[in-house]
Amino acid sequence: MNLRRDVFQAIADPTRRAILLLVASQAMTAGAIAANFDTARPTVSKHLQILTECELLEQKQNGREIYYHSNAKKMKEVADFIEPFRQMWDDRFNKLENVMKAYQAKKPE
Amino acid sequence: MEQKTKIHAEDGKQELIITREFNLPVELLFKAHSEADIIEQWMGTKVLKLDYKKHGSYQFETSDAKGNVVVKINGAIHEFSPGRKITRTFEMENTPFGVQLEILEFEPLTADTSKLNMHVIYESAVQRDRVLQLPFAQGINMAHTRLQNIVSKLK
Repeated sequence: MNLRRDVFQAIADPTRRAILLLVASQAMTAGAIAANFDTARPTVSKHLQILTECELLEQKQNGREIYYHSNAKKMKEVADFIEPFRQMWDDRFNKLENVMKAYQAKKPE
Repeated sequence: MEQKTKIHAEDGKQELIITREFNLPVELLFKAHSEADIIEQWMGTKVLKLDYKKHGSYQFETSDAKGNVVVKINGAIHEFSPGRKITRTFEMENTPFGVQLEILEFEPLTADTSKLNMHVIYESAVQRDRVLQLPFAQGINMAHTRLQNIVSKLK
């Protein structure tokens, strides 16, 4: 039996978030997904397995190929998705502040 | 660390408001939003075009560590009031997320502090929630290391 995976643990990893972003607009095969990463294919497979276990991704057979697509229903259940979004802006703005402080220090008025 | 960025998003609405106070004079906060080389540093994106004026437009392109383009972003400028306000559209190309309208207001608090008020309006409430559910930080995280290098070089 698969371990029940925690959704937030699943999206804590940047590669897994990247995978979710990739398949958000279109279903993709494991090979097509792996082609987007430097990571070894088995590592990508492991990420796909985790995302599938926590139901963020669904597999669909199409002929010989298995396509991964995002599970919109599950995504919707995650009401706290606003937190990663907020965190992203917080990180960005922290960087903005650092960049501009460095800029200020470099060019005193 | 204290979380300075606040997001106000009500259930069932097609908008949200992002606010943040900065330890920066409002001029520098505005500069960070209006100069290509600086935007590139904190947004972790490549600025292909930045013509910030009324009827102007912009184009960004974000790549992963391997150099593959992850997302292309473009938009039109509707208002550009230096030090005060930018109104623009924002669209991620070839995604089902639609076009959003962004109103950025820059407010001086003291001589050394300022506040950004960002009002984002989506095509629908459903569209907003889809964007909120995107696993976002991705492109940014990938660019993180690169950015830290740039910042430490500036220091």
